[in-house]
Amino acid sequence: MAEQFFALENLHVSAGENEIVHGVNLEVRPGEVHVIMGPNGAGKSTIGYAIMGNPEYTVNQGHILFHGEPIEELSADKRARAGIFLSFQNPAEIQGLPMNEMLHQAVEQRRGEKISVWNFNKELKSVMALLRMDTSYAKRDLNFGFSGGEKKKAEIIQMLMLKPELAILDETDSGLDVDAVRTVSEGIHAYMKDKTGSLLIITHSTRILESLKVDYTHVIVNGRLVKTGGPELVEQINQSGFESFLPDQAK
Amino acid sequence: MEEKTYIEDIDRSIYDIRNENDDSYRIEDGLTEEIVRQISREKNDPEWMLQLRLRSLASYRRQDIPNWGPPIDELDMDHISTYVRPNTHMANDWESVPKDIKDTFERLGIPEAERKSLAGVGAQYDSELVYHNVKKEVAEQGVIYTDLESAMHGPYEEMIRTHFMKLVPPSDHKFAALHGAVWSGGSFVYVPPHVQVSIPLQSYFRLNAKGAGQFEHTLILVDEGASLHFIEGCSAPKYNVANLHAGCVELYVGKNAKLRYSTIENWSKNMFNLNTKRAIVEEGGSMEWVSGSFGSHVSYLYPSTILNGPHADVTFTGVTFAGSGQNLDTGAKVIHNAPYTSSYLNTRSISKSGGISTFRSSVSISEKAHHSKSSVSCQSLMLDSESRSDTIPAMDIRAGEVDVGHEATIGRISNSEIFYLMSRGMSEDEAREMIVRGFAGNVSKELPMEYALEMNRLISIEMKGTMG
Repeated sequence: MAEQFFALENLHVSAGENEIVHGVNLEVRPGEVHVIMGPNGAGKSTIGYAIMGNPEYTVNQGHILFHGEPIEELSADKRARAGIFLSFQNPAEIQGLPMNEMLHQAVEQRRGEKISVWNFNKELKSVMALLRMDTSYAKRDLNFGFSGGEKKKAEIIQMLMLKPELAILDETDSGLDVDAVRTVSEGIHAYMKDKTGSLLIITHSTRILESLKVDYTHVIVNGRLVKTGGPELVEQINQSGFESFLPDQAK
Repeated sequence: MEEKTYIEDIDRSIYDIRNENDDSYRIEDGLTEEIVRQISREKNDPEWMLQLRLRSLASYRRQDIPNWGPPIDELDMDHISTYVRPNTHMANDWESVPKDIKDTFERLGIPEAERKSLAGVGAQYDSELVYHNVKKEVAEQGVIYTDLESAMHGPYEEMIRTHFMKLVPPSDHKFAALHGAVWSGGSFVYVPPHVQVSIPLQSYFRLNAKGAGQFEHTLILVDEGASLHFIEGCSAPKYNVANLHAGCVELYVGKNAKLRYSTIENWSKNMFNLNTKRAIVEEGGSMEWVSGSFGSHVSYLYPSTILNGPHADVTFTGVTFAGSGQNLDTGAKVIHNAPYTSSYLNTRSISKSGGISTFRSSVSISEKAHHSKSSVSCQSLMLDSESRSDTIPAMDIRAGEVDVGHEATIGRISNSEIFYLMSRGMSEDEAREMIVRGFAGNVSKELPMEYALEMNRLISIEMKGTMG
């Protein structure tokens, strides 16, 4: 039997005193695209943060399993080096730290080998071209003064450079215009092309999913998965929203 | 995989290796007229210099210890030796420098930097220069770079006499007066009109002796239309008694001339660094200060600039890092004394593990200085809740039609920034260090590469808290 790649097992997550996610089960196999959809405040981003290891979120029950091992005790950097990536909804701006400098170190740590500046730059340049981002951004301070769209592109660039096994995209399409959504989607296609990476897409809209082959759709409401289905579920939500998934009193 | 190599080999010990005190001559501790006369005899001063020393001593006795900054009562002048002469004479090749002293400078990377990227080097060990050399092609341009003592006995005596402690008079404050009385060592630089010195000169000051003071004087004149980059570095091994540094830097920037003065200061944490730096800039001249303050127990350091001719400008870029046991009071001062002058102050201060870092800025715009511009930006970063950071801005504006701006921010490293970098694989320590390095990037960006690396290394040392 093949080793289990990634799973959430009865995952409960709290932020401070409040439990936000109440027992989520989910399994992702290599190369699959999963979508977690739900209304604002349902706990979507919390799941992403918990998987990545944000210390402000606590797993108080259940497990996050990566290659069959629980990882909820590992710090975020260890998870990142093992191959988990989170594309942030609002990436931090870091003044004085050039993107290429941070990313060079990150890529070396992820791959476990030295990469010459020459080879690194060559690779970065081609990835940036794919995302239609001017190469001058490589030398700019990380996300500092970037527009919303530039930040999202920079996240996808980092994903393509780091080549994670599991990438979580948190609201990557929010705040993007039509062209930027298309460009970012092309970046995501490039990531999926080699069929080894998996995607967990967290979104409340469906724009970014239009050009992607979705394997599973999960609907989360009030911290619980209320429905899991195939790509047809995306279509259903696109037409009638989350109304039908909400509990009676909330309608 | 562990961290990258450039932060792997951090070792405070290279700064901390002390040499045994086999000084050929160490003046008795304390400060008396006899001691001042003795130093003057040792140095073979011209009569005017002896008189300046005695006037300074009288001024020192009249003035009070400053009471507006960090406490300095642990500093007891009765236990400071103001003059320690190393057991050697000044050389112009490293082979003639005694081995223990030469090894010290080798460890600090000075001869290597000289070979690679400097036009000239002066190296002071305790109270005297042990090495001074300037590249032939720079000397051939007429550039003078030498020790003050020998310059005072040569053709530049008049120039020195008319500029020495004219910008920073002994009456300026108590430690300027002390400096005037017991100064020793330092450098004299003269760049003739329209000469561009394309690679930097550097002086390095090393205080090895325990319980001693270093009082070097740097006097630089950049004549009309000329340009120079001067780098100053300093360090000392740590002792459990107070050491004192009361240097003085006087910079004269002529008409349309340009001077950049960069400092990486890394005194040990028993050092009282009461240093005075001042520049005067004539019409169309340009002064740039780049200043990194990392060391010392207590610092009072406020490089000042007088913009004395129309269209003169000054840029001050500084970073101060105060760790455990450090109280670093730094800043910058600008006096706009002519129309159409501009000043840009951009500083960062960082405090950690109970360190205190205070930034004072003072901008005065005189009645004459209409159409002047000043922009001051101070940012502070506190790395934990026991540390303190303050910014104290002062502005005195007496002219109309001026454009003045000030902004100050005080902040902490946000958890979201740390988590963001950790999500890219950086350990928590690496993430913090990257954020702090980025924060201090305003200064490292302005330094030649070797010095930027040195500065980043000092930040790494501070972040790991391994400094004594």
